[in-house]
Order: sequence, then structure tokens, then C-alpha cells
Amino acid sequence: MFDEKVLQNIKAGKEKWDQGPVAKTLAKNPEAKPNFTTISGAPVERLYTPLDVKGLDYDRDLSYPGQFPFTRGVQPTMYRGRYWTMRQYAGFGDAKGTNERYHYLLNQGQTGLSVAFQLPTQAGYDSDHPLSMGEVGKVGVAIDHIDDMRILFNRIPVDKVTTSMTINAAATVLLGMYLAIADEQGVTWDKVGGTVQNDVLKEIICRGQYIYPPKPTMRLTVDLIEFCQKHVPRWNTISISGYHIRESGSTAAQEMAFTIADGIAYTQACIERGMDVDSFAPRLSFFFNAFTNVLEEVAKFRAGRRYWAKVMRDRFKAKDPRSMMLRYHVQTGGVTLTAQQPLNNIVRVALQTYATALGGGQSLHTNSYDEALCLPTQQAVTVALRTQQIVAEESGATDTIDPLAGCYYVEDMTNKIEAEIDDYIKKIDAIGGGLNAIDQGYIQKEIQNSSYRFQKEIEGNERVYVGINKYTMEEPPPTGLLKVDMSVGEQKTLELKKFRAERDNAKWKAALDKLRQVSQTSENVMPSVIEAVKAKATVGEICDVWRAIYGEYRPKEFV
Amino acid sequence: MAKKIKMIMAKPGLDGHDRGAKLLARIFAEAGMEVVYTGLRQTPEMIVAAAEQEDADVVGLSSLSGVHNYFFPRVADLLKQKGLKDVLLVGGGIIPTEDYDGLKKAGMSAIFGPGTPTTDIVSFIENNVRKR
Repeated sequence: MFDEKVLQNIKAGKEKWDQGPVAKTLAKNPEAKPNFTTISGAPVERLYTPLDVKGLDYDRDLSYPGQFPFTRGVQPTMYRGRYWTMRQYAGFGDAKGTNERYHYLLNQGQTGLSVAFQLPTQAGYDSDHPLSMGEVGKVGVAIDHIDDMRILFNRIPVDKVTTSMTINAAATVLLGMYLAIADEQGVTWDKVGGTVQNDVLKEIICRGQYIYPPKPTMRLTVDLIEFCQKHVPRWNTISISGYHIRESGSTAAQEMAFTIADGIAYTQACIERGMDVDSFAPRLSFFFNAFTNVLEEVAKFRAGRRYWAKVMRDRFKAKDPRSMMLRYHVQTGGVTLTAQQPLNNIVRVALQTYATALGGGQSLHTNSYDEALCLPTQQAVTVALRTQQIVAEESGATDTIDPLAGCYYVEDMTNKIEAEIDDYIKKIDAIGGGLNAIDQGYIQKEIQNSSYRFQKEIEGNERVYVGINKYTMEEPPPTGLLKVDMSVGEQKTLELKKFRAERDNAKWKAALDKLRQVSQTSENVMPSVIEAVKAKATVGEICDVWRAIYGEYRPKEFV
Repeated sequence: MAKKIKMIMAKPGLDGHDRGAKLLARIFAEAGMEVVYTGLRQTPEMIVAAAEQEDADVVGLSSLSGVHNYFFPRVADLLKQKGLKDVLLVGGGIIPTEDYDGLKKAGMSAIFGPGTPTTDIVSFIENNVRKR
């Protein structure tokens, strides 16, 4: 981007500055620390100049928003057309209470729904299963069957609101219920929009809500993708997630690299199924974290967009530009929140929101300031949503596209993160792909090493964490925390008993038999799943059918 | 030379957040303890069976999904029932401070919240573990 003469002048000027003013200042006042690094541990120089980005080719490396390689964004007008979708992840207790929270959030200007399911639902157990004890309604809403789902979406038209569902190993079941609700509301499936997470690989890497071994669980993932490609064209069939990889301790570059490795594994699996890459890739979506180091996050998002576009074009020979777009949801970093001086978290979340806006995300969940203490209270959720609205509508970050492009530091970091992603992808390819790298614990160990390094930096006071290792203070214990009523579990147990007693037994049994039969063939399971949920089969019963056929995943621990 | 402290790190229930448990397992091992990490989805029975089988001196429970009041007292009771009264039982995770007293009454020796320096946890264990 700069001609040789200009660069030579800058080089000479920089040397003069280094040897003159800088050396003189350092002799008098040394810098605060010997090395400056990002929160991911990447080195940061004193000053960036055109010399650091001299190889940058505008058309090749940056181009224009909505055009390959999408470094500057996936849409031509970005937030000038429409802000990102403000989508707060919410769910606790029973379906009725959660439905009320959804109506509250929609009334406050939220623009999409995001369902948090309780852990038993995510792990494929009914609320009355022995392993569900103590967990019912705790970190998400208790959904066991179609009647719960109907209450959850009461007075919510599924053709007007898009819904994201954090459900993975049991994604087919919950999508089945959602489509059944669409049928009840008289909404045709081509008008239904939303996302299921459906990313089982990262459950095995770091999130822990797996059910089946990698191969059969991938089969269900691909069944869902294939089914939606044919019948639910507006549905994002997967949300390939780096969020939890980052939460479990990775660096920014590792988050992007391992997510892309998973994305490659899913794309490969769909192609092996016989699908044309451009038939499903436009509906692959992603999910990332945003930490407090704004500039590093922006570089991560830009690098990820550019790298994914090349993967899709060069490795998978995609032709449709939409197949090459890294479209993603963001959640602010849960692990960055402190239980100490919790109001400080509002500032962290604001910076993370700013990073998301400058980085070009498509939707965002902002965490609430009290989440290191408990599930968020309504007041904290409102502040979190307002934070998005302030960044979108007051900060100016949304007025122009990719405003940090051309910033020497951000462009250099974008290049470096992209190079690190490429390095990891090559290593993972050499191991035999994402599934093998996970099976051998390579990805898990890399994450754990970063998590360990970070903890040592905090405890060695090499890195400041306000309220943890600096500016600490005595505080009274927090009050007014949200408590989930323990009686939800008992109510659900009673309710399930009644539900099972009252359903049409013959119809229920026939539907499960059909599902069992189909699951043993290579036929797509989705139609039989939808029939089963309509015949009042529960989440646990459907997942048990597959447990009997596919077995259960038992992780190896790599500590 | 003193015998190594033997520790079971466990994740009760369906909670998948094990960054803290894995990190601590590594830090305890570096501090000279012998650590067995159970992995996820442990029932109280599984945890206590592991403690019995390994002749553990310490059991550490980690919970970030709000199930501590359900699981921690059950592990404490089962340890007592099995006659493992001198096993040091500690816990940590996202646990409101207002729950600490109840958990201690139920048999937990200490609860460590978010942001606790790992060195504090190591020294608590070293100072309170049974001597043998």
C-alpha cells in the first residue's frame, strides 16, 4: 500500500526516533514493564508504522465489505443498514417463567430470542431422571416435551422473531419441537428463522454437554443440516462455537483456529454425505467470544473472516460468496467477569460490546454484571441490553464500516492472528483433522496450557486484573441475587408423570419404533423426530433410543 | 519424607465447566499432591467410591451450575456413612457467599469463590489435611 520510497523514509525516521527521543526517554524513565503483551500473550510493540504492514495488498487482503475475502465485513452496508441482532441468552425455571422473561426482553427492544436450556435437556435427560436431580431449571429452562415448548413460545409468532437455541447433542429433538410449534401456529417452515448450536465437537473439546460418541453424534448433526437445507431454508443449521473454547482458557488466535478446524470437519462431513458445498455452507454460522482487549478482538474477527473465506474457496471449492462468509454471533466473555466489585463488570462488558461492533459481528449477547455470582437478575439483564443499545446508537461505532482498517497495529495483528490460525490448521491437518486432534487431546491440551499460563500471570502479578490482584477492597456480601426455586424439579416430576399417563400410548410407541428403525439405516432422522415429538415423546425418551443404538460418549481426560 | 497428599478433584452433576477443576488439578500436582480428576457427570456415590478406592486425603468439588446445595451435602453425608470422616472436603465455583455457612454446617471445610488465589487453596489443604 506504500511505495518503496515512502517506506524508506519511514524506516529512516523510525530509526532516528528510536535512537533519539525514545532512547533518551528510556534512559531517564524506563517503561513500566519489560514486555507488553495482549491478554492472549501476543507481544505488542511500542509503535506500529506502515513498515509493519508493508506487504498489505488492499484488494487482495482487505477488499470491500460484502466481497471476498470479507475482511471488512460480510455485508455491503453493515450497521448502517441494520444493527446487529440483540439477542440475550435467557432461560431458567419452567417454561412459563422463561416465556415471561422473553416478553420482557422483546418489550425492551431486544430483537431476537436465545433459549438457554437446562443441563438435563442439553444432556438428553428428562427432568425426572436420576442424573437430573438438583439441576432442573437451574442454568436454563426445563423443556421435556412439546407441551413445554408450546408454553415457552406462547404469544411469540415464530415467523416474526428469530430464535437461537443452545442445544447440541439433542439439537434434532429441540428443532423438531420448534418446527412442530410452527405447524401449530400455522407458519410454514420456509418462514421460520433461527439457529441451533448443533456443534457437538466443541462439547467434547470443552463444554461437556455431549451424549453420543463422535461418529454417531456427527451423523445427527449432518442429518439436521441436510434436512434444513431442503425444508427450512432460513435456518442456521449450526453455530460453530469458539466461545466456549475461549472460556475454557484459549487465546484469541486459538479460539479462531480451533473453531475453524471444527468448521472444516463439519464441512467435510457434509460433503461426504453427498451434499454440494454451496447447498449448505451459506447456512453455517459461528459463535465467538469478546474479551476486554478491544483491538485484539477486532483483529481476531477480521483474521477469522479472511481465513474462513479462503478455506471455503480454496479447500472446498465453494463458488457462492455466501458460502465463504464467516457470519457469527458474539457473547461477551463470561470468564472475564469478577465476583469482586461486580459493578466493574459493566465496564468490561461495554468494552467487549465495542469490540464486537468494531469487529463486525451479526448478533450479540451481553453478559450481566452479576453473573460471576448467580444467574442474572432482571436489573442486571436490562443494563446488559442497554449497553448494546448505547454502543449501537450513541458511540458512533456503527456509523462507518470496519473503522479500524488501515490502523497499522490492527492490520499487523490481523495478519499475525491469521498466520497463527493457518499454523494450527496445518498441524491439525497433519494429525488427521479435527476429530483426530480432539481424540488425541491435542486441542484440549493446547487450551489447558493457555489457561495455566494466564492463571500464573495473574497470580504472579504480571497481568493486572482489577479487583482480583490490584485495587482490591473489602466488600459486604452481595445481596438481591436471583435464586431459582428448587421446587421446579418436584413440579416437573409430577407433571411428567401426568403427561406420560395422558398421552396416546399406541401413537407414542409407534413413533418411537419408527425412529428406532430409521436411526439404524442411513435415512435422515429428522422427519421421524418431528413425528415423535408430535406423538409426545420426551427429550429423554428420544435420546434413549439413540443411546441404545449408538452408545454413550465417555471422554478421556487430558489433565 | 512425608507421604504425598492424595486428592480427588470431582465435578458433580451435569455441569460442564471444568476449566477451574483442571487448572487446580495441575496446580495441586505441582504443589506435590497426587491428584485424580474424575471428569464430568459424577454422582455423589461415584465421588465417594473414588475417594474410598484411592484412599484420598482430600476431596475437592467444583460446581458452576448452581447445584452446590444439592450435591455438596450429599457427598459430605456419604463420606461420613462410609466412615471417611477424616477426609478433608472442600469446594469451589460460582457459589453465593450466603450459601457458605449452610455448606460448612453440612460438612464442607472450606468454599473457595471466583478469584481465590490458588496458593490460598493449596495452603488451606496443606494446613488442614489429616496427618499420617
